[in-house]
Amino acid sequence: MRIDGKGIIDRTRPVSFRFDGREYGGYKGDTLASALLANDVRLVGRSFKYHRPRGILTAGSEEPNAMVEIHGRTNQTPNVRATVQEIFDGMDARSQNRMGTLRHDLLAVNDYVSPFLSAGFYYKTFMWPRAFWERVYEPIIRRAAGLGSLSGKHDDGSYEKAFAFCDLLVIGAGPTGLMAALVAARSGADVILAEENPHLGGRLIDDAGQIDGEPAALWVARVEAELRSLPNVRIMTRTAVTGAYDNGTFGALERVGLHKSARPNLPRECFWRIVAKRSVLAAGALERPIAFPMNDRPGIMMASAVRSYMNRYGVVPGKRVTLFANTDAARDTARQLIAAGVSVAAIIDPRADASSVEDCPVYTGAEVIDTRGRLGLREITIRQGGEEKRIETDCLAMSGGWNPTIHLTCHMNGRPQWNEELAAFVPVEGAVPGLSAAGAANGTMSTHGALAAGKAAAEAALRHLERNVAEVAVPGAEDAPYAVRATWAVEGKGRAWLDFANDVTVKDVRLAAHENYASVEHMKRYTTQGMAPDQGKNSNVGALAVLADATGRGIPETGTTTFRPPYVPVSIASMGAGGRGMGFAPQRFLTSDQASRDRGAPMVEAGLWYRPSYFPKPGETTWKEACDRETTMVRTSVGVCDVSTLGKVDIQGKDAARFLDFVYTNMFSTLGLGKVRYGLMLREDGTVLDDGTTARLGENHYLMTTTTAGAGVVMRHLDFVQQAFCADWDVRFISVTESWAQFAVAGPMARQLLAGYLGQPVELPFMGVAPVQIGDVQGRLFRISFSGEEGYEIAVPTRYGEALFRDLLARAETMGGGAYGMEALNVLRIEKGFITHAEIHGRTNAFDIGMVKMISAKKDCIGKAAAQRPGLLGPEREQLVGLRAAAPITAGAHLFRPNDKVELKNDQGYVTSVGYSPTLSAWLGMGFVVNGRARHGETIRLVDHLRGIDVLCEICDPVFFDPEGGKLRA
Amino acid sequence: MPELIAKSAIDAGPVTKGGASLALMEPGPISSIALYAHGAEAGAKGLETLGLSFPAPGQSQENGAARILWTGRDQAFLIGAEAPAMEGAAITDQSDGWAAFSLSGAGVEDVLSRLVAVDVRLSAFAPGQVVRTGLNHMPMILRRASAEAFEIYTFRSMARSAWHELEEVMGQLAARGTLKS
Amino acid sequence: MRLTCPLCGSRDRREFYYYGADTYLNRPAPDAPMAAWDDYLHLRDNPAGVTRDLWYHEQGCAQWLKVTRNTVTHEISAVELVAGPAAGGKGASE
Repeated sequence: MRIDGKGIIDRTRPVSFRFDGREYGGYKGDTLASALLANDVRLVGRSFKYHRPRGILTAGSEEPNAMVEIHGRTNQTPNVRATVQEIFDGMDARSQNRMGTLRHDLLAVNDYVSPFLSAGFYYKTFMWPRAFWERVYEPIIRRAAGLGSLSGKHDDGSYEKAFAFCDLLVIGAGPTGLMAALVAARSGADVILAEENPHLGGRLIDDAGQIDGEPAALWVARVEAELRSLPNVRIMTRTAVTGAYDNGTFGALERVGLHKSARPNLPRECFWRIVAKRSVLAAGALERPIAFPMNDRPGIMMASAVRSYMNRYGVVPGKRVTLFANTDAARDTARQLIAAGVSVAAIIDPRADASSVEDCPVYTGAEVIDTRGRLGLREITIRQGGEEKRIETDCLAMSGGWNPTIHLTCHMNGRPQWNEELAAFVPVEGAVPGLSAAGAANGTMSTHGALAAGKAAAEAALRHLERNVAEVAVPGAEDAPYAVRATWAVEGKGRAWLDFANDVTVKDVRLAAHENYASVEHMKRYTTQGMAPDQGKNSNVGALAVLADATGRGIPETGTTTFRPPYVPVSIASMGAGGRGMGFAPQRFLTSDQASRDRGAPMVEAGLWYRPSYFPKPGETTWKEACDRETTMVRTSVGVCDVSTLGKVDIQGKDAARFLDFVYTNMFSTLGLGKVRYGLMLREDGTVLDDGTTARLGENHYLMTTTTAGAGVVMRHLDFVQQAFCADWDVRFISVTESWAQFAVAGPMARQLLAGYLGQPVELPFMGVAPVQIGDVQGRLFRISFSGEEGYEIAVPTRYGEALFRDLLARAETMGGGAYGMEALNVLRIEKGFITHAEIHGRTNAFDIGMVKMISAKKDCIGKAAAQRPGLLGPEREQLVGLRAAAPITAGAHLFRPNDKVELKNDQGYVTSVGYSPTLSAWLGMGFVVNGRARHGETIRLVDHLRGIDVLCEICDPVFFDPEGGKLRA
Repeated sequence: MPELIAKSAIDAGPVTKGGASLALMEPGPISSIALYAHGAEAGAKGLETLGLSFPAPGQSQENGAARILWTGRDQAFLIGAEAPAMEGAAITDQSDGWAAFSLSGAGVEDVLSRLVAVDVRLSAFAPGQVVRTGLNHMPMILRRASAEAFEIYTFRSMARSAWHELEEVMGQLAARGTLKS
Repeated sequence: MRLTCPLCGSRDRREFYYYGADTYLNRPAPDAPMAAWDDYLHLRDNPAGVTRDLWYHEQGCAQWLKVTRNTVTHEISAVELVAGPAAGGKGASE
């Protein structure tokens, strides 16, 4: 219920939302949890395994029970913590993990058979009969497994990612964090203050304490106002720091628009990478539950959460509250409730020597041993000495002490230390370089202690940064000692939950120990403790203590707890923000792109490039018809193709020739001016890296081309060779791929086309290069061919590419020619036996592709020594061959002797490229066959199980068309 | 005689949102100047004619329309002026290789911090400084012209993607702006 | 993870391409015995501790870097240019 005069919600702004279809009201600033509690809704979910009715346990992101689905237009987000999700008008929240309604969950039957569902029951139960696994067990388990559900629709929400840099990152804006940020900010450091809640203050707000004799909220407001006024401070609310990574990098998840109804372009979340020179972990501490029998009913919650609901939201989660706590500090819960006019039925304190003076009944040396109330707490049973007593209550606030929020200090393999006095793990200094934990996160539990620790941590960080430290006085605040006596589990008849989210009880942990899963890591895996969405935030330490007790060891001897990123769940969508659709990868467009699309060409991706696949003509219904026509067109008249995607590297310097001799297997220092030569490049292990032509433009000036796919790899390789082995040579190179648009003009009428276009005869010899003038534009003309026809490539600065392409095309079309795409280009080169990366795929060497003679004997080159190793040069190698068939064949197929059984040990090789040759009226392929060059003429069986192809082929020379090269040189 | 018409990398009008304005830039000629091992002195002499000198790593210089940006070890891009004849350096025309955008306004750092993994705070990235980095997955040369203006150079073939990503981020920032209530 | 490129300064790991041990810098003579080549090409240590490896500042200055780092603590103690100091200018850190 809502009470007056408390909370930082905006009571002037009512908000209406739905939960399980029913309309409720709340206020701006409410979380779903606070608004439901204000409406006296206690039952909000069902537990994972037993489908037990569950309520709200906490008031923070550590919530294990109150997880719901939030339904948007296309987004349906499961496992949203009701304690984190702020309400907005029209919000549609639904309970999850139920079959039927929340009140009548059909899977609650699991609770009645729970004796059979103890730890390890999967391993024990579903062992036999074996045949049952797939048909019986798995479908049932799959149906019951999982938490929440997705929409199955595309999430068209907007997500963001961002980078931030600072001198000091302060994680958490409670007393410690605010003080640290204030000191660093006044000292002029660049500060990022990250706080996972929408407001600053942390427990200063939640506990409604005092600072310097005033309500703490006033101090928080003053500090916030000052921080917000400073240009060197960035306050990031709704931002949980999720992970600590190397070299001062942190991940953080900001809930940007999740508290609003969807609006266009508004990011739902932003995943930040924050780089900080120093950092202060001021994440506070998490209160821990006590494992007493039947401690999981709706209405049983953390004492600190009861205070948070009262002081943050003006909500009291019960009319007759009881408190079960083992610290003096937790007593404040009862006192505040009483002061607010709420009835407190009893304080139950397991410490026999604790004070019994309060304005309500106090039972010291007592424990809660049972609870009742099917869908919400109605009554508890306590035991004091030998006596039992029943107390009517609808809300039990519990506190088993506090665990410092050490999670981030574990992210780089840091192991926390057990502190006996606090009965908790505390971080080890230096566990994350540059980060120090301070305040409650470091085990300092009083408000004054936290303020002082925040100041000290900031000062230490500033000294590391060699900055002056501004003097800031620590304000006065509560400084009571933190007196805790560990209370982990209460003996009794019923089940006592440790891990609410995964339904792991004290009995399960003891069973694990009994069955010799006595190491903490084994226990966790056997029971699934700590593996739920809350990642053991509420249960790790308690479970470890129970295990220690069951094995008769101390807690430090039993093991330690550790945490891995992320601190809170991070949606994949936020991590992959911007990576969908056009953001998946950059798109590279040719200058001919629009002209190709205008002609109806479907585009295919070649790396990042988009290239035309073929240019359909009216009446053509398949790609193959177009491909056959384009192939024949190039063979009989003239074709134009954009080849700008090939990598181009401009190489200069008096050692340029020497450098090329070193990276290519063959000689380039002997190449004449104005000439082009084909070159083969190896990796140092002798495998072929890339191939292409290189032109000599001047005495000390070369232009190298690489394959499209190889451009980046070759650049990296050239950089390595130059920097590692010849840094002092006079050679400089730079990519000019982007600078030139280049078009192949190929076919028997290519020369005629170019002569007409350029207005002068074209007399360039085969493998020649010359400057060419096109109007005012200076271009280059190469006589090279990838089709086997008389071929030219004409290059102009990129800005003129589109105009040149359109001109060439228009001219070709008047001559019976036209554009050709990737499909025809591929058929043309297969007919000629020209290789691509389908053949030089990273496992073939120069010998395999029949180019071993290209490794010059006159010089050293990269890969030369390794290429001569035994095993790389003999008949045992799979060698490049051509394949000819009368029926369709496929790349990827494997080759067998016709009479052999089709199995791995009989494998003779494989197919790398195929195409239908309209020129030869046959299906042609390229592939690798054991000792293939000696087997020309042999018949071989091509088998592709995947596509159901089984065809006999003839092994032949890979050059099917014009083997003498007469057409090339025409 | 054919007459080839020059086209820019993309057709995109200036756009202002999310606290920043994005526009195409016409930077003029771009030349890579790569000094040879002992070319520093000769290179300096060549640049003198433009009133520039070879920039230190991460720096640029400006003289009228001419700018020279550090782009790598012993390498700089001369922009806005034709490269003078120069001994001691390899000079390569890069004019057609790059698309250039200007990004300006109070929100420039917010926009860039969504796409660029380097520190773009004024304290770490002063006017005149240059970095080679990525604009998301695209290669980029980024120069800060003033406190609230950057020059972005990226591969010409990727200009459409680069523009799209910048504009998308600006739209998200604009939507964030509506949150302040 | 971040590396401080001697030319470009502190950069995010995503700008770099990782290659492997810096053994690759010690190319044997062309006529070295096959065992030396085998060693050079294929045999690498896998130390728990200090190691030196090669990184390429692909999305930056295109320099190959020798990085000395600790595989246990993740500490990076040195980043040097494979090609040695530049002719024209000093590093960004100076």
